[in-house]
Amino acid sequence: MLEPINVSLDSLNLITLAPMLIAIAGGLIILIIDLINNKLDKTLYVMLTLLVLFINFGAVLGLNVNERGFFDVMLIDGISIISQLMIIGGSMIFIPLALTSKRFHEYAYPEFFALFLFMISGFQFMVATDNLILIFVGLETASLSLYTLIAMHNRANSYEAAVKYFIMGALAAAFFAMGSVVVYALTGSVELYKVAEVLATRLDETGLMVAILGSSILLMVAFGFKLSLFPFHTWAPDVYEGASAPLAGYMSVVPKIAAFVVSIRIFGMYIDLGVEWVRWMILILAVLTMTLANIMALVQDDVKRMLAYSSISHAGFIMAALALDTTEGNTSIFLYYALFMFTNLGAFTMLWISRHKKRRFNKRYDHPYEKFSGLIKIMPIGAVVMAIFMLSLAGVPPFSVFWGKIYVMQAAVNSGYIWLAIIMGLNSAIAAYYYLKLIVYMFLKEPVKDVDTVYYNMSKPLMVIIGFATFATVTAVFYVQPLLSYLYYMISASGY
Amino acid sequence: MDNILSVLVFFPAIAGLLGFVVNKNSIRTYGIAVTVIVFLLSLWLWFSFDMSNAGMQFVEMIPLIPDMGISYYLGVDGISLFIIILTTLMTMIGMASMGETKNIKNMIITLLFLEMTMIGVFVALDAIIFYLFWELSLVPMLYIIGAWGGPLRIYASIKFFLYTFTGSLIMLVGMLFVAYTYHNVTGVWSFAITDWYALVLPIEYQLWLFAAFFIGFAIKVPMFPFHTWIPYAHGQAPTIGSVILAAVLLKMGTYGFVRFSLPMFPDASVMAITPIAVLSLIMVVYTAMIAYAQKDMKQVIAYSSVSHMGIIMLGLFAMNAEGLSGSVFQMLSHGIVSGALFMLVGMIYERRHTKLISEFGGLTAVMPKFAIIFGVMLMASVGLPLTIGFVGEFLVLLGFYKVSPVMTIIAGTSIILGAVYMLRVMKFVFFGPLEKEENKKLKDLNARETWSLIPLVAIVIWLGVYPKPVLTPIDNSVNALLTFMDEKAITKEAKDMIIVAKSTNPSKLNMGDK
Repeated sequence: MLEPINVSLDSLNLITLAPMLIAIAGGLIILIIDLINNKLDKTLYVMLTLLVLFINFGAVLGLNVNERGFFDVMLIDGISIISQLMIIGGSMIFIPLALTSKRFHEYAYPEFFALFLFMISGFQFMVATDNLILIFVGLETASLSLYTLIAMHNRANSYEAAVKYFIMGALAAAFFAMGSVVVYALTGSVELYKVAEVLATRLDETGLMVAILGSSILLMVAFGFKLSLFPFHTWAPDVYEGASAPLAGYMSVVPKIAAFVVSIRIFGMYIDLGVEWVRWMILILAVLTMTLANIMALVQDDVKRMLAYSSISHAGFIMAALALDTTEGNTSIFLYYALFMFTNLGAFTMLWISRHKKRRFNKRYDHPYEKFSGLIKIMPIGAVVMAIFMLSLAGVPPFSVFWGKIYVMQAAVNSGYIWLAIIMGLNSAIAAYYYLKLIVYMFLKEPVKDVDTVYYNMSKPLMVIIGFATFATVTAVFYVQPLLSYLYYMISASGY
Repeated sequence: MDNILSVLVFFPAIAGLLGFVVNKNSIRTYGIAVTVIVFLLSLWLWFSFDMSNAGMQFVEMIPLIPDMGISYYLGVDGISLFIIILTTLMTMIGMASMGETKNIKNMIITLLFLEMTMIGVFVALDAIIFYLFWELSLVPMLYIIGAWGGPLRIYASIKFFLYTFTGSLIMLVGMLFVAYTYHNVTGVWSFAITDWYALVLPIEYQLWLFAAFFIGFAIKVPMFPFHTWIPYAHGQAPTIGSVILAAVLLKMGTYGFVRFSLPMFPDASVMAITPIAVLSLIMVVYTAMIAYAQKDMKQVIAYSSVSHMGIIMLGLFAMNAEGLSGSVFQMLSHGIVSGALFMLVGMIYERRHTKLISEFGGLTAVMPKFAIIFGVMLMASVGLPLTIGFVGEFLVLLGFYKVSPVMTIIAGTSIILGAVYMLRVMKFVFFGPLEKEENKKLKDLNARETWSLIPLVAIVIWLGVYPKPVLTPIDNSVNALLTFMDEKAITKEAKDMIIVAKSTNPSKLNMGDK
């Protein structure tokens, strides 16, 4: 007969679970409301989602730094707090994009919003633990919700995108599971802090390196898929193209933040243990990712595909910061994404307002470059704003991404990787070409077809969002300092 | 007004934003009014400038991102003062003489933003703020070339942007490395150039950093072999674009050498004298030859402008007061003269819609005012004594003679070659029989065009005859710079090369007058 286990409620520290539970409860409430009355408008659900996220945000802010809870599975350190804040903040600015002037299929279902909240709880679980099993559960919860959200965009290529993403995601999950198994076999634990302790003592054993190599490569492949690193990036452009613009923009930021946090925990551990070739593996992947994705982006005919490749390249850029494994390097990851988020939000919103039911310009693409030609004559402010987003993505100061970029480059220089900083610089120069291409179309060419297509979806809420994104992009220089010192403090507090 | 520099930087930008409201029919007057105010402000800066003080004046400093050491840090010395005045002057005159009518509102607003970025580059004392304005200046120029240019305008504008952007990113890595070294030495993050000046770097670092900054600046100058973007940029740009490009944007490169490379890396600069002198000489002679072979008047002026930039580069690396002061002076004279020449070519192009030399001939008969002003500017460009072009060129050659007589003689051929290709233009365009029917009906300069050019003619002659008011403050700051470099240099060769003692007597500098 088993001994009864006594667990006091205090020792569980359930408050660490509160943010995720709020998101899940919010999702359930939305489903229940739908059961009671199924004729309610999407605006209600958008606002409910926003409110739930708002409470969630508050709950995360109230957490104490460096606590464990729920049988020591939950880990609330600085990284997990800032990444949860960024995940929730990112979700809060992307979800109002549902408020378009035209009706879209997916937003008619309240399930969309419930799934959205479940997905957020999944991401929060991913970042708030160092237990490989819980990471896996969070990853799958989030990913399965995300596949469904993509497929709800009721178009042939959305189904294609969802299925493609699903298959790739399943493969990545399998790799992650296998990698975790190897780690468990080596150390007898799935908790990363125990794994690190055991590995540190066994590092000198002969033959162990092969197993460490195996585990890290399997995990690397899994996160390579999730972060869309070369050579596991091929799904990304198709999925971005098939997904609606808000989801594509969302995918280029929020899931990546979550995946980066897990990568910092796992690969940072390997690098800390002195397994130097993990660092080199990441560096090589990062350099290849940013360079090849940039070159691919040069030849795209569709703005959304171009932005997809560009966000792959940005991910490569940030991956390089991860390899540095310094506090500055890790800070730069979050700073970069925090700044990148607003610009990307703006750019994808601009695509979203120009989204038309029919493809009027090109049989294959929704947003070919021609669609934007002569935009300065059709909607001058829209063109200027889009140009600001493109210049920001290209890293032209004083717009937001530039400050992230120099911080990453400074972190690389500080760690002695000057060649890396130069490669980053040259890549920014390559990238400038395809961002300029859109600017050239908007400012220097004549409009080709009737004009209503470019602001087809425009509505007041979207204008507010674009205004907000522009403001955040242009005034970045004034809030970089508080943001940076907060991020740096939180990250150094959690010991990374 | 202690914050006059901030006012100078942001006034054009705010005026540009407000310009969106101004009606299309009144925008030209609005633009001219704004640039006149900016010009008057810059004159005020000159009059309240303390001529005897060689250091930075009107300094403003507000920390922006203290954790990264970035602050909003502005200041002006004798070197940058006149380049700022040149910027405001040429923007004003370029705007006043502009014949463009298409999309005039966008053009005026773009020019005002461009003016902000240009002034910003010359007053910034924080490397990141400098970089910020430096990069930002590419955007309005891209739009000016791309929207109002010739048939190949899009290619030309993208080439211009990418070339400069690539170079400056390498420079950015250099800046980050200097900041990192500064942090290692002092424990503080700082991008303030004046802080960086105090940093004594080992030779090896200096060489690498010199190379990184060189790429950024040399592309902008443009030094041979990085000059290939400029014929396209000038060839396709509208008149106002070429004027601003030649008069101000190219000066950013040479100004960068004075502000960053020389004081921060004195030993590397001395080591680089010969390679840079060789490149400059190639630039001088080779582009002069290309200029001779051009059929298009604008291309002749474009290549002659590059050729004269070679002289400026040569003077910068003479490492003595004559060379450096002459070089800074030559920046001003080059700005005024080549700006005016581009304006003149633009005026004839508006009338005839061609710039080919062979299409003209005997224009003196129908356009006497035009011919006289063109002649004065052309002589100033060649470097005729008593014009502004002579002072700078003479001082540069005098300064570089102390470094290498042979190279100076080769550089001196620039005057001869310049005379050859310029007089060829003069001969075929203005003299000879007036044969073509179209040319007989050409109208002479109208009042607007005449009055926008006359101030430039006046300056060309005034500073040619009496350059002292401008040369003295330049010379003060240059001497301070050289003394500083001499103290900072670690190698003996560098100390020997940077000749301070011989040139402390400013009276020697007035040789240019006679």
